[in-house]
Amino acid sequence: MGALWFWLVAVMLSAYVVLDGFDLGVGIISPFVARTEEERQHALRAIGPVWDGNEVWLVAAGGTLFFAFPLLYASAFSGFYMPLMIVLWLLILRGLSVELRMHVNEALWRSFFDGLFFFSSSLLAVFFGSALANVIRGVPIGPDNYFFLPLWTDWRTGANPGILDWYTVIGGLMAVLALSLHGALYLSLKTEGQLADRARALVRRLWPFVCLATVLAIPATVLARPDSLGNYRIYPAAFLSPIAVVISLVAIPIALRRRSEVGAFLASCAYLSAMLCGAAAGLFPVLLPSTNSSGESITIASAIAGPHSLRVGLAWWIFGMMLAVLYFSTVYWLFRGKVAQHADTYGH
Amino acid sequence: MDALTLHRIHFAFTITYHYLFPQLTMGLALLIVVLKTMALRTNDERYNVAARFWARIFSVNFLIGVVTGIPMEFQFGTNWSEFSRRAGGVIGQPLAMEGVFSFFLESAFLGLFLFGEKRLSKFAHWGAAFLVFLGSWISGFFIIITNAWMQHPVAYRLLPNGTFEVSSFWGLMMNPWAWLQYAHNMSGAVITGSFVMAAVGALYVLQNREGDYGRIFLKLGVQAGLISCIAQIFPTGDLHGKYLARHQPVSIAAMEGLFHSEKGAPMVVMGQPNFATQKIDNPIAVNKVLSFLIYGTTAAEVSGLDQFPRDQWPTTLPLLFYAYHIMAGLGTYFAALMAVAAFLLWRGKLYTARWVLWPILLSFPLPYIANTAGWMTAEIGRQPWLVYGLLRTSEGYSKHIDVATSLFTLLGFLGMYSVLSILWIVIVYTTIQKGPSPVVEASSSHSPATA
Repeated sequence: MGALWFWLVAVMLSAYVVLDGFDLGVGIISPFVARTEEERQHALRAIGPVWDGNEVWLVAAGGTLFFAFPLLYASAFSGFYMPLMIVLWLLILRGLSVELRMHVNEALWRSFFDGLFFFSSSLLAVFFGSALANVIRGVPIGPDNYFFLPLWTDWRTGANPGILDWYTVIGGLMAVLALSLHGALYLSLKTEGQLADRARALVRRLWPFVCLATVLAIPATVLARPDSLGNYRIYPAAFLSPIAVVISLVAIPIALRRRSEVGAFLASCAYLSAMLCGAAAGLFPVLLPSTNSSGESITIASAIAGPHSLRVGLAWWIFGMMLAVLYFSTVYWLFRGKVAQHADTYGH
Repeated sequence: MDALTLHRIHFAFTITYHYLFPQLTMGLALLIVVLKTMALRTNDERYNVAARFWARIFSVNFLIGVVTGIPMEFQFGTNWSEFSRRAGGVIGQPLAMEGVFSFFLESAFLGLFLFGEKRLSKFAHWGAAFLVFLGSWISGFFIIITNAWMQHPVAYRLLPNGTFEVSSFWGLMMNPWAWLQYAHNMSGAVITGSFVMAAVGALYVLQNREGDYGRIFLKLGVQAGLISCIAQIFPTGDLHGKYLARHQPVSIAAMEGLFHSEKGAPMVVMGQPNFATQKIDNPIAVNKVLSFLIYGTTAAEVSGLDQFPRDQWPTTLPLLFYAYHIMAGLGTYFAALMAVAAFLLWRGKLYTARWVLWPILLSFPLPYIANTAGWMTAEIGRQPWLVYGLLRTSEGYSKHIDVATSLFTLLGFLGMYSVLSILWIVIVYTTIQKGPSPVVEASSSHSPATA
């Protein structure tokens, strides 16, 4: 039961990264690809009807984590107190920048929210990437299962790390690169004209960097947590995820050469999921590794909720997820195809 | 300031501010469905225009509700980690269900409702509005399930490691406390929605602008306002109060400022609770009413605070007393105002009765105060417990978070939310100024009732 919930939460988080990832990516690249007022509106309309729903995956995954692994929720959320608060503030600013931009027809107002959109999307990507890197590296858990991490210490991994060290900064930058690529692929799929052309050009320039970062991530991870590859010896099936990473990365330029924008975007989705699965496979059955000897790593066994709670949860979770998939398919189906360059609404 | 107080203010401030928005969202969602239904039934385009106008206000309000709502879920873990660890197996359940069953629904169909009107059939657009309404009310339901379990824990089991788990899913969902609280809370949200809609209507009628729309808003606002104001007192408030008296007798004694048990207990309309002398200073009281309200007979004995050990008294007792009295007093005023307005509406005199239009216009902030005071009554009344009878508030907070750190983030939220308030006001103000009338019709609309 514990392993099942581990993978269910992992799937929900992957859904969040794949879905909200592309609108975060659009935020990061928008100043570079959308240059005129029209293009900016066009880019925003490409994510307008879906970004809010994408973000719900974070809330739903958080809630699922909460009831399935209460100890992990309690320990990790309070331990990562400051970065989480900053993430919350950034989520607030980003929501505002997407929705309030169009409410006032004034150039300065709109430029301000464009800047805010770029700023908050980029920083969120950095924080999410470094959050994952923090989990992989581990944190100094105390004997009471709690910890508190400062934003940074001496920038080194080890027994006394900070939220930001050389490894987690690499994680953050890698997330910016990967989500920029993801966002650029989304824009090339959903928009047309010069905006789509520039997005495609950006894909070509970003792709080698993403490949390079992916290759560098492996030795970096081994340096940050030497036993992080242990699971790959125990469970050979875990090798599926690095294989999937390589295949999906290679598939992106191939699909683009064949003019299949859908294929390229889906390859990018597969790449992000495979990266996360690889990280999860490396951790399993640990949820949050400890970097010191005073406290033990938080594992599935130590954090799992009561058995009846989990059985009850599984029943509604399956039903609820079927509904969620139905809603998302409906919305994405209704929203299929290229987004027109000009608005066709009652001016919301 | 000690850490416990700070964490309590941290949560209290962020949740109070957050709930300013969902109460209007949930109330307006229902009223928008009513407008869309009238548009379908009468084929009158004005109702669609009216719905579009309120959808503009709704979308901004919804957005701020969403962005201030995400911090609420996170704060259980960040600031109340010990509570999360121990109760997460139970309360995590409805919180996750809110995301899965409500937020997915809402977010999917809000986009369709706001952007899809030209592409959808009129029935499909009504359906989108209805699903947004349904989503927002389901969201409220799961939050109330969570809170009701903290007020009146049911269907749980204590595990050897000190954490709680659900022992019966339907027991958790059918918690009687939750259903009473839900009815009372949702009717409160409709009051906010009705008062806001009626106030905008009153503004337009008093300013003699926007043609028929002021009267449409006033009419719907007053009708929905009257129904919800009555429902707020009877049956929802009445039943909730009686249930509270049975299961949290110490809270009701504190709310009423009843220090000593009494037969034929009086209802104190106003006064100042005095801790030192254990009585109410300068009371204005009505004899025997409290006994009657709780037990249906004037002779019944109501337990006073003296029946309970001091360590079970709600903390910050005067605040509880005032919050409860403000809620009840405002609720009575709302019912009276709406009764007068509805009477005039029925007689066809409301649109010219400036002496009622002015109070309607000026009263729109009051339901926010009443809803906030009601929640303060519930939450302070539960003290000193975080989960009633099971977990004390002083045991639940994140002990390893430095006081200065939580003060810093509290100040951060204060600043951030000030900015949100300003943006909300600017956008709602410009929306109201622009008005609902489509540009082409604006010049040709007349207002015969006030001519």
